Amino acid sequence: MANGESEVGAAPLPAEDRSPGSDAPAGGFVQLLTPGGERIDSVTTADGVTYSVDFTDDEYRELYRDLVTVRRLDAEATALQRQGELGIWASLLGQEAAQVGSGRALRPQDMAFPTYREHGVLYTRGIDPIMPFGLFRGVDQGGWDANKYKFNGYTIVIGSQTLHATGYAMGVTMDGKTGTPDGEAVIAYFGDGATSQGEVNEAFVWAGVFNAPMVFFCQNNQYAISEPLERQTRIPLYRRSAGFGFPGVRIDGNDVLASYAVTRAALDNARNGQGPTLIEAYTYRMGAHTSSDDPTRYRIASEVESWKAKDPISRLKAFLTKQQLADDSFFGEVDDTARTLALDLRERVLAMPDPQPVSMFDHVYPTGSPEVDAQREQFAAYQASFEGSDH
Amino acid sequence: MMTETLTLGKALNHGLRRALENDPKVVIMGEDVGKLGGVFRITDGLQKDFGEDRVIDTPLAEAGIIGTAVGLAIRGYRPVCEIQFDGFVFPAYNQIVAQVAKMYYRSLGNVRLPIVIRIPYGGGIGAVEHHSESPEAYFAHTPGLKVVTCSNPADAYAMIQQSINSDDPIVFFEPKRRYWEKGAVDLDTPSTFPLHASRVAREGSDATVIAYGPMVRTALDAAQAAAEDGRTLEVIDLRTLSPLDLGPVYDSVRKTGRAVVVHEAPGNLGLGAEIAARITEECFYSLEAPVLRVTGFDVPYPSARVEEEYLPDLDRVLDAIDRSLGW
Repeated sequence: MANGESEVGAAPLPAEDRSPGSDAPAGGFVQLLTPGGERIDSVTTADGVTYSVDFTDDEYRELYRDLVTVRRLDAEATALQRQGELGIWASLLGQEAAQVGSGRALRPQDMAFPTYREHGVLYTRGIDPIMPFGLFRGVDQGGWDANKYKFNGYTIVIGSQTLHATGYAMGVTMDGKTGTPDGEAVIAYFGDGATSQGEVNEAFVWAGVFNAPMVFFCQNNQYAISEPLERQTRIPLYRRSAGFGFPGVRIDGNDVLASYAVTRAALDNARNGQGPTLIEAYTYRMGAHTSSDDPTRYRIASEVESWKAKDPISRLKAFLTKQQLADDSFFGEVDDTARTLALDLRERVLAMPDPQPVSMFDHVYPTGSPEVDAQREQFAAYQASFEGSDH
Repeated sequence: MMTETLTLGKALNHGLRRALENDPKVVIMGEDVGKLGGVFRITDGLQKDFGEDRVIDTPLAEAGIIGTAVGLAIRGYRPVCEIQFDGFVFPAYNQIVAQVAKMYYRSLGNVRLPIVIRIPYGGGIGAVEHHSESPEAYFAHTPGLKVVTCSNPADAYAMIQQSINSDDPIVFFEPKRRYWEKGAVDLDTPSTFPLHASRVAREGSDATVIAYGPMVRTALDAAQAAAEDGRTLEVIDLRTLSPLDLGPVYDSVRKTGRAVVVHEAPGNLGLGAEIAARITEECFYSLEAPVLRVTGFDVPYPSARVEEEYLPDLDRVLDAIDRSLGW
């Protein structure tokens, strides 16, 4: 990690547009791996911060495996939804690099607060990928132990979790777990649409005022269901942070190396007591918002095609190939392993049983409620009255 | 036994202090709760004695207060949030009903949110709009939340501590116009009643008056006046609005045959409707008259100069009793 180091040959990003034809948005972004698979040694932002990564050959290959695996698992989920096995699915297709890069940058002690699309981050936390499927299949509401996995439950109301993350981060500070290199940091995931929410802006206020050990990781995938970015903001999102008193960085969200480098640096700053950072991962949601909408109604095919050329997996594959870090047998083995994992997931999702109806009364209150208890008993008796009958 | 005469506000202050002393994970957070001690001084002196990390002056944003409390609770803290006035809770409504109420359920019991949300509520202090509302039904309608309200200093002292000790998320409504009313508070003996228990505040046999929070005083005053006319009213203080403890209410109505429910909130779809329906279901053959309601009107809380006409008072309660007895 080269945060803050000076790097020979690193040119500052231009303040305004890059040359025509560049894949970067106006204002530029941190990119360490081009769509063509060329490695950029380091990038220094206009703030004077230099970002780089120094991976071993194995680490590069494992990042590739992560990207392929999460894409394959996601594809399996999409197929399951189309076959009627999931009520709905929020696909991460196109956002693998943003999620894998940032997820791998987390240390074991760090806590993540996702929305409902962070299946890739979840995977990098070492969590069984079946975890969110109860929610999407409708057999539970996504019940896992947030503290055990250091990964909070999926949050569907847009932006709410950024406040939860900030409060958690305040608790980290109150516990004295900041200010050292092995301190804890907290990351909150949200999308471009969420930046319009008051609660996200309140989270920025709180995080700034309390110097919370926070990383706000915005995956700007260009659309909030059908609403384009222009309906959310008139300035680049990463610049929002300046108004709240902490740094903002935009990265190429399809570049897993940039995602890793900048997130790791921001997390380290947070754990060292330097407060929050906003990261805008400039990316693209290749599929629908969820399996319920039709993106052909609100975006044109050529736009989708232009983003295909920036695919996060193909660029890393090109890099690995050019550098002779991997060959066809490796790529084939990764595909096979991912397929096996996906088929295993499919079998297990199909085997998820429906809950007992009476379980709807479980976990309403930690200390119970006489009223809910009475309703449970009435319902159970009513159900039992049908047993063995012809009804 | 250390019994002191305290105002309801001071009793809450003592209860909060005791909670802060007993558990280092308890934190108080809200606007102006620190140096100022709260606009009603309920947190007076607490920041001075427990520090800025335990009694946290927050930015001015209600969703932020509740949303960050959720994160603190996940982290293992027990936040006690102050919403400055009833009508200011709505910016935080999403966090309370969509997040605080549901996270335990959603997580299959893995995430507990032992959060207390204190809200001074109700009218009668001559305030401007948004400062006198009774929004309890919104919260009582939400599964996953418990909603409580105290009516006297002794209960205030006990119930605020019970609420903070509870692992349930609790919306704690404080009857702001009763903040300055005094009563005996036993500061040393732990309370023996459970948080869910309603209580018979006055015994009687002619009719049952069901009230909570600020209206308990009104109901008791009405019972006193009725006694001068030779009528005895039984007054029940619900204490907890969700879940309701209606056992004592049913017992009382079976005895008196008549019930009048009193609250400040608008009557339409208010707590009174629920209570009347349940009394009808449970005590149908005991009733001598329909269950009547005495409530605020179905208008936005009016200007201060007419609030005495809006608020149920002793006369309106007695009028309802007359109608019930005349059936």
